[in-house]
Amino acid sequence: MPGPDKETDLTERVEAFLSDLKRGGSGAGPLRGSAETARETTALLRKITAQARWSSAGDLMEIIRKEGRRMTAAQPSETTVGNMIRRVLKIIREEYARSRGSSEEADQQESLHKLLTSGGLSEENFRQHFAPLKANVIEAINELLTELEGTTDNISMQALEHIHSNEVIMTIGRSRTVEAFLGDAARKRKFHVIVAECAPFCQGHEMATNLSKAGIETTVIADAAIFAVMSRVNKVIIGTQTVLANGGLRAVNGTHTLALAAKHHSTPLIVCAPMFKLSPQFPNEEDTFHKFVSPHEVLPFTEGEILSKVNVHCPVFDYVPPELITLFISNIGGHAPSYIYRLMSELYHPEDHEL
Amino acid sequence: MCNSCAFYHFAAVFVSFNHLLHGFEKTGGIERAKSEGKELTKEEKQRLRKEKKQQKKNKEKKDDRASQESGREKQGVSSAASAPQPSAQSAAQKAPSAVPAPVPVPASEAPAPAPAPADKPAKSKAELKAERRARQEAERASKQGKKGDPGQPGAAGKPKAPASELQPVVKRLPEHIQVDNPDVLKKLAKKLERQQTPGQNSAKKIPLRLDYGYKVSLFSHLHQYSRKAPLTQQLSIPSTVIHPAIVRLGLQYSQGIVAGSNARSVALLHAFRQVIRDYTTPPNEELSRDLVNRLKPYISFLNQCRPLSASMGNAIKYIKKEISNIPSQCKEEEAKSKLLHCIEWYIKEKIILAAKAIAESSIEKISDGDVILIYGCSSLVNHILCEAFEKSRKFRVIVVDSRPRLEGREALRRLVQRGISCTYVLISAVSYILPEVSKVFLGAHALLANGYVMSRVGTSQIALVAKAFNVPVLVCCETYKFCERVQTDSFVSNELDDPDDLIVTRKGRTQLENWQQEPSLGLLNLVYDVTPPDFVDLVITELGMIPCTSVPVVLRVKNVDQ
Repeated sequence: MPGPDKETDLTERVEAFLSDLKRGGSGAGPLRGSAETARETTALLRKITAQARWSSAGDLMEIIRKEGRRMTAAQPSETTVGNMIRRVLKIIREEYARSRGSSEEADQQESLHKLLTSGGLSEENFRQHFAPLKANVIEAINELLTELEGTTDNISMQALEHIHSNEVIMTIGRSRTVEAFLGDAARKRKFHVIVAECAPFCQGHEMATNLSKAGIETTVIADAAIFAVMSRVNKVIIGTQTVLANGGLRAVNGTHTLALAAKHHSTPLIVCAPMFKLSPQFPNEEDTFHKFVSPHEVLPFTEGEILSKVNVHCPVFDYVPPELITLFISNIGGHAPSYIYRLMSELYHPEDHEL
Repeated sequence: MCNSCAFYHFAAVFVSFNHLLHGFEKTGGIERAKSEGKELTKEEKQRLRKEKKQQKKNKEKKDDRASQESGREKQGVSSAASAPQPSAQSAAQKAPSAVPAPVPVPASEAPAPAPAPADKPAKSKAELKAERRARQEAERASKQGKKGDPGQPGAAGKPKAPASELQPVVKRLPEHIQVDNPDVLKKLAKKLERQQTPGQNSAKKIPLRLDYGYKVSLFSHLHQYSRKAPLTQQLSIPSTVIHPAIVRLGLQYSQGIVAGSNARSVALLHAFRQVIRDYTTPPNEELSRDLVNRLKPYISFLNQCRPLSASMGNAIKYIKKEISNIPSQCKEEEAKSKLLHCIEWYIKEKIILAAKAIAESSIEKISDGDVILIYGCSSLVNHILCEAFEKSRKFRVIVVDSRPRLEGREALRRLVQRGISCTYVLISAVSYILPEVSKVFLGAHALLANGYVMSRVGTSQIALVAKAFNVPVLVCCETYKFCERVQTDSFVSNELDDPDDLIVTRKGRTQLENWQQEPSLGLLNLVYDVTPPDFVDLVITELGMIPCTSVPVVLRVKNVDQ
């Protein structure tokens, strides 16, 4: 029978995705970029929408929320998964509202009047059944996928507006977005890039080799030399893992030091981050913010006796407060960090912030 | 008279080489020539020719000196040959010792009045010429004086000359930060050639170390050596120019076996002790002059192995001063034992006792329950922490380390052995760990006269992040590391380590393996950086706890004492 087969097929896909997420986070599996994760999540959600059994929007949202909770629990630091789920939930809400006939504008405005008078969509329980809803939702998710495909190109197209000739640009670690950004600018302009290697994973080395293959003058420096070299740097361009709701960043460790050094020398700090990295989380939860990996990256087992007597920490991420950031470049243009809260309200519905 | 005329002709032929040497005789010759009128028109013409050439020479000073030296060597005039050598060498040596080079201009002005009265010229041309000769003679005399007194920072000459304090300090830039200037490199090569025992063939000279790998353009003025090609490979065996203890020391420096500014200075002083013990004064030479000349090639060799640190420079200055202060009637054995005693005193007082004094003051700053952050491996900071632990202070230590040297592991081992509870992180995690920290203790390689702290690369970063989190930063430094140089950024004077150290193999892949083949890829391995004084809250020295900006005051007090 096609029904149960589809269901088992679906659950298999979901399980495979979950185990991939778990493995990828520990560094054992293949390292995948955030864009890939976002695309896979969205594709999976589309499949769920298509194949799962649901009769009303509320049911669909419940299913997606359930799967979403499992996915985010598999790898809490991979925030793109949660972001895509929230996007899809927002899509469902919109499509439902459109099907019901209420005007989009009134729904989208979060005015004080609306908050006071109506209580708004919270009274909605999304129980009405609309036949074309499934098709609409799937179409909207396809649009989202197209948007995801083009994010890196959209960001790279803005490169020439920000990089002039003979500049010295500094970056840290490895970001595919920044690589594409600099590669695009290098086709027309000549500039110099300094890459901080970002110990202990030393992803900066790979970034440097890729950049030098694109013909850009690249120099690799150790993390300790960031402040020493910063006085000669014109711009700092970095990627990030997540953009937080207050405009801050959760980026690879060492970025906070880089941001402080840039602030000290009044060097602009530009963050290239596509919109799917924007997350409604705030940095307040200390215990869930940081992720640690095996300390043997820092102090290997060959050190012997002292290992048992010493505490070793190997955090993966750093928090960068929004005051240190000059500009965000995303696929929809450039923004100041103070504008991020507004973008968030356009992408996610407040009730979805907690899955 | 005929003799002097003959000399005069002879000199006129080698016109650009000789007249300095025979200044006095020539002056007499001119006067006599002028007084005798037309008899010596031919000589007058030659003189005029010489005058013009001299004027040209005054514009091109450097080439002049070099050609003079080679000319003199050709002539084989021994006494004059040694005169320009110490000037060039002492200039180059003084630079690593990081003291403003003795001012040639005021020093020469001081003895200038002395020969001038002797030359009272009658007529204008002769007068000018004589004055010029006198100036050159004075310069030569001052250079010879410097040769006997190389350690003195010109202070002897300065107080005699009036208004000496505001004279412009004509500093000779050290060679090791002028690698991009081909003239300087040529001079260095020539200097190394000259630093051989006269009479030996050129195979036994000090070799010139070659740079390795692609240098980042911002640092093209610095040397970059490979650890795999130590200088000792180019030395012939046995090396009669360089004492074996020095060869061993040079190898230890270049391979990083002896690292850290205290360790390097102490090793240097021990090697010099061995040299002095094995030294015998050759006949017809004075110990005070000859020993200093012996030390010069050693210092060049060590400089080639690894650029001298500020502490080593100060130690060398001290030794040279002590050697040159030995009275000439002192017997050799007595002189040697005196020098050995001086060196031991220096080590004991400036390094060991200073460390004790600093530890005592620092322990007051460590309270129970403190979380102290240290960076890398500073012998002084480790000593302080061990002493504080002995005095039963309860604290724990966070050791921050950085690639590629990973010196923090050594500090970690030493502290853990003592039983101090430690945490270990890399420098990229410092903003994660800093909220837990109550104090930061840093060591220094040198303290510059404008208050900047020169230390291992990464120190300024730690001070920056500590400042952002409002954690006090304390720098511990002995006064013998204070130096008169000023520097505002980490580019103008630094050391470039072997770039291959940055290469790492992770998960079986070495990304940067073929970095030399990539034309646009460069690796930069800096050794030092400078921390601005606004990041440092306190400097603890054996003279007390001072702010960063009081460094020039301490230097002045030290100079007055000496």
